[in-house]
Amino acid sequence: MSERYLQIDKVRRVFLTKKGPFCALEEISLDIHAGEFVSLIGHSGCGKSTLLNIVAGLLEPTDGHIVLAEREVSGPGPDRGVVFQNHSLLPWLTCFENVHLAVERVFGATAKKAALKERVRRALELVQLRHAEHKYPHELSGGMKQRVGIARALSIEPKVLLLDEPFGALDALTRARLQDELMRIVAATGSTVLMVTHDVDEAVLLSDRVVMMTNGPAATIGGILAIDLPRPRERIALAGQRHYMALRAELLEFLYRKQMREAA
Amino acid sequence: MSAVPATVHTLKPPRVEIGPADESTQLHPAMNQASSAPEPPLYVRTRAPEWLPRALAPLIGLALFVVLWAILAKAGGRLPDPVSTWHSAVDVFSNPFYRKGPNDQGIGWNVLTSLGRVGIGFGMAALVGIPLGFMLGRFRFLSDMAAPVISILKPVSPLAWLPIGLMVFKAANPAAIYVIFVCSLWPMIVNTAVGVRHIPQDYLNVARVLNLSEWTVFRKILFPAVLPYMITGVRLSIGVAWLVIVAAEMLTGGVGIGFWVWDEWNNLNVQHIIIAIFTVGIVGLALEQAMILLARRFSYE
Repeated sequence: MSERYLQIDKVRRVFLTKKGPFCALEEISLDIHAGEFVSLIGHSGCGKSTLLNIVAGLLEPTDGHIVLAEREVSGPGPDRGVVFQNHSLLPWLTCFENVHLAVERVFGATAKKAALKERVRRALELVQLRHAEHKYPHELSGGMKQRVGIARALSIEPKVLLLDEPFGALDALTRARLQDELMRIVAATGSTVLMVTHDVDEAVLLSDRVVMMTNGPAATIGGILAIDLPRPRERIALAGQRHYMALRAELLEFLYRKQMREAA
Repeated sequence: MSAVPATVHTLKPPRVEIGPADESTQLHPAMNQASSAPEPPLYVRTRAPEWLPRALAPLIGLALFVVLWAILAKAGGRLPDPVSTWHSAVDVFSNPFYRKGPNDQGIGWNVLTSLGRVGIGFGMAALVGIPLGFMLGRFRFLSDMAAPVISILKPVSPLAWLPIGLMVFKAANPAAIYVIFVCSLWPMIVNTAVGVRHIPQDYLNVARVLNLSEWTVFRKILFPAVLPYMITGVRLSIGVAWLVIVAAEMLTGGVGIGFWVWDEWNNLNVQHIIIAIFTVGIVGLALEQAMILLARRFSYE
């Protein structure tokens, strides 16, 4: 089972537009093991977010299906924790309440109120934001908001964590800090992760495998690169390593030689 | 950005001493402004605090208004001058809650009666308009259905509804309330519907990903997201209602600030009419400010 924990099976997605049908994804098949960190990388518009949304259940595949822990996925559900690019915290709820909304939905029927609160606190602890639990999103920096988003996604103990360019809107320094933090959290929780990114360094640093997507229309998997760097990984130590450079170069080669597009 | 250091320079007297401090300027011209800006100027021109003109301007405006009024009154006609109006106002407001029969009551009763009508008519409009707005915002079909009716009825002057109200209710008071109801309804429906339609997709995605129940979605996402739009609708409605009540009461009679204006016109008491105008204006302003405060309480970001 662990070999095929999350199965993406011959997924196709066609959008109906005014100019006729537009095939965004063509025959995508991918198996992800339990505890694996897989990144989807590609130029913007290649359909990597579409694929993530299909796994999340926010979009229906035109053909094919998604199987998670031996059950077919139909529609969105709390067995998948999603972190959106724009944090998507509700501005009228505090950090605590934002996470509590998710926790209550998933564990509210079985757990006592005190236990729910404890769970929220533990999730905020994980992203080191216990001190900000009573703050509203507009009182937080972009990086802190994204950390609350991660806490919310993890608090419901999802089978898989789906990250849609989670650090894309952050500045480089904050992004680096959050990447380190994500590595620590994933190591501590043993989460299975599928992440969309367009950042080569981020993909190599965080992933066990990087799925390289070809350009749309009819985007598909152009290649899969196994990142066999030992963990725990340390960005400064890696930066000088020859193997790290080679992996990085391979991704860059794919993105900028094989999949270069004029307008990108 | 560059304007700030420039003003600092103009405030400074020409520098006499040329010391080693200036070396850095020569070595690195880009640092010149940055390094000289924090130096305390040798003298500071005393300037009035910034709030002073902002506080004075409205007072000057009001004073000019009163002066203009006094000039117009002096020029002739039957316009009473500000001083006699002031004395009359002191007189009127010294006993606002007297009652000498149904058609002769203090200005306090008149204002409260009008506010009561606005409150009832507006409250009923909120009860009907806000849920209706939610439904129109949520269901495209309903909104397309309602669009032509609302578009035709919205621009109609609320007073045009008065005869129908009189016909249906056969009494002045419910007819006036009904006019308020009709004119408050449209802004509330339209703004609530717009608010529902403008809920960011991100928030709805959160709801979908977590599979929240419809009731939780309404309580935790729809309602708070729409609230600022609703308050805008309420603000517009109350503004219109307060405009309309004066006119409606002129036509229906009874007690009320609009009726009072008309009654004083019949008595040829122009000072009281002017007092009524100011009272209506100040009450309207207070209502508006209260709604702005409310809106600020519920604005996020």
